[in-house]
Amino acid sequence: MKCEDVSNELIAYLDRRANSAERRDVEEHIAVCAGCRTRAEEFRKLWNVLDEVPAIEPSFAFDARLRQRVAAEPRRNWLTWLVPQPRLAFSMAMLIALSVWMAKLPPATPVDAEVGAKQQFEMIKDLGVLENYDVLTKLDALSELTPTLAPPVRPKDSQSQEDDGG
Amino acid sequence: MTRTDVQLMLDVKAGDDASFDLLLQKYRSPLVNFLFRMVRDAATAEDLAQEVFLRVYRARKQYSPSAKFTTWLFRIATNLALNSVRDNRHRRMDVSLDAPVEEDEARRELPAREMRIDEHMVERDRAQFIRRAVAALPEKQRVAVLLHKYEEMDYGEIAKILECSESALKSLLFRAYETLRVQLAPLVAQPVAPRAGEGRRS
Repeated sequence: MKCEDVSNELIAYLDRRANSAERRDVEEHIAVCAGCRTRAEEFRKLWNVLDEVPAIEPSFAFDARLRQRVAAEPRRNWLTWLVPQPRLAFSMAMLIALSVWMAKLPPATPVDAEVGAKQQFEMIKDLGVLENYDVLTKLDALSELTPTLAPPVRPKDSQSQEDDGG
Repeated sequence: MTRTDVQLMLDVKAGDDASFDLLLQKYRSPLVNFLFRMVRDAATAEDLAQEVFLRVYRARKQYSPSAKFTTWLFRIATNLALNSVRDNRHRRMDVSLDAPVEEDEARRELPAREMRIDEHMVERDRAQFIRRAVAALPEKQRVAVLLHKYEEMDYGEIAKILECSESALKSLLFRAYETLRVQLAPLVAQPVAPRAGEGRRS
């Protein structure tokens, strides 16, 4: 095993996390390599040196401050759905205002209403005939008759008058 | 029966704030210390630790135990710390564009080896010197050392936090410790036995 190969396993060897094969490889190498042996020893000492740095204690107010911030977080439970959200409240207010405004608009004038009614009547007066299926089909059948064979169609009233007189 | 961190977090997700308190008690100190070693300012470290816990709380509804709780916790902490360090660096750079180098800034730099080490040892105590050496490491190496040395995390977990392979992490750690071995050579040559309660790994 070369020095470069040992370097990657040296830390795991020193903190006792290397597996048995890795440990054996490192031990065999440092037994014959003075440089890596020295490095390994100095790494151990370095870790002791790093332990000299004292830990700090969080301030007494840490927990209280955090709890305060956590308490200020918005809660999403069933109760929150009853409290109107700002956007929803604004939309509702706008809808109500629009309804009130439309309700307060002046009603249509009688003249306008009369003109409107006439126009509507014109539009719908023939609908009864145009939408009557029987009438359309009968007319269609009459159109197939030749003019010579077809008896003259007279109004019903004049025909009854002739019958009475004749 | 003691609940695991994942169980506690699942309870927090279900609406149990007392479980959040237990997680806070357990990780408050390690988190503040990790952040302090990253940013080297106690007030900033506390602010960042608060932010980490707050983010955990805010994300409780989306929590799924796909990884260890500590992996998630320290990943958030690492990202926040690195952002803070970068922001602070930019702020200092902005200030120093027109201003002369302050004495404090000059002191922050590690002394040239062999030359001024002894002077610095007189001026500063050893802990300060060690903190600076760790802080001078490249970002990823620093995080790796702090999580390995002080939080005693296993390689798999650190690799997940740093989003690298275990092999890359081992290489990263070796280079970091090698740099520290050189930078802290005077201390390594004259180690002082750690006092009780200091540090975690022997």
